[in-house]
Amino acid sequence: MASKAIELAAPEQDHKTTSVPATRAAEFRAGVRATFPLVVGAIPFGIIFGAVAVNSGLSAAAAQAMSLFVFAGSAQFIGAGLVAGGAGLAVIIVTTFVVNLRHALYSVSLAPHMKHLPQRWLLPLGFWLTDESFVVVIDRYAQQDRSPFKHWFFFGSAVFMYLNWQLCTFIGIRAGQAIPDPQSWGLEFALPVTFIGMLVPALRSRPVLLSALVAGAAALLLHGLPNQLGLMAAALLGVGAGVLASRRESAP
Amino acid sequence: MSRWEILLVAGMTAVTFGVRYPVLALVSRMELPRPVVDALRFIPPAVLAAIIAPALFMPAGTLDLSPGNAYLIAGVAAALIAWRTRNLLLTIALGMAVWLWRALL
Repeated sequence: MASKAIELAAPEQDHKTTSVPATRAAEFRAGVRATFPLVVGAIPFGIIFGAVAVNSGLSAAAAQAMSLFVFAGSAQFIGAGLVAGGAGLAVIIVTTFVVNLRHALYSVSLAPHMKHLPQRWLLPLGFWLTDESFVVVIDRYAQQDRSPFKHWFFFGSAVFMYLNWQLCTFIGIRAGQAIPDPQSWGLEFALPVTFIGMLVPALRSRPVLLSALVAGAAALLLHGLPNQLGLMAAALLGVGAGVLASRRESAP
Repeated sequence: MSRWEILLVAGMTAVTFGVRYPVLALVSRMELPRPVVDALRFIPPAVLAAIIAPALFMPAGTLDLSPGNAYLIAGVAAALIAWRTRNLLLTIALGMAVWLWRALL
């Protein structure tokens, strides 16, 4: 099942309800399995982050601490790049905030499914929210079965992503100390290709396809905006296009 | 770690957690209106597309539609593989292979 494409953002579609026995352990394991391909995609990304970070002037401890506490791949990358460019603290922190704004969209999406959870669950799961876990977890919540332990699926996915990220950062730090100039290793395509594999199979209804096309085109047009604000604006335009298209389709 | 690095990591941690957690905690106590819930399902494809498009079409910061753009060629190949096979691991493996072949040769 780990090799099957993930069906995201299509709760109205007929999900084959997987006959997972609804136990905590089974949900945890299913979360790990569903996240496996995404972990594979994150491996080169994490290694390159570690290598880039120590070559950008950060100490090994600071690079690993960033992965341990910030745990946000693209923000960490941009942060390391800004450190290398000599940017000040305030600039780096504000940029991190803007780059991570999309997580607020993820939180809004997930929140209705997590109403019943106490703070001791919301705190760690909020901390562990990533692009990858979001995609598999929102898909799990969209499945129609009444498992009461879907947050254990989230837990499994998040722990797997987190441990992998720490290990890959560590490997990257060591490799980066041994071999300089990690940018030339040529693995920058790992992230886009992972996201393509997540997105394309989901483009099965016309509103979803239109939403992605508008978001993609807008992202190109708005690329000049600072701090990836273009990404955020493009995503919102894409959501708007999808909503309008689905209204039209359902209109009599 | 220097003092500056500690402040850096602490600041980045605070703003990242500050984006992820409070929204989750607050919204999970509210009843969202139906139109908002309907809109939420478009968030994943829209965000992914907004990340992918610049990575493929403008890898160096400006629009590059030439056949020499390894990102674009490999991205199109990966999209076709994903569409035909719906297999994420295969898409990553073959997409990376096409990219390495185009980028390094």
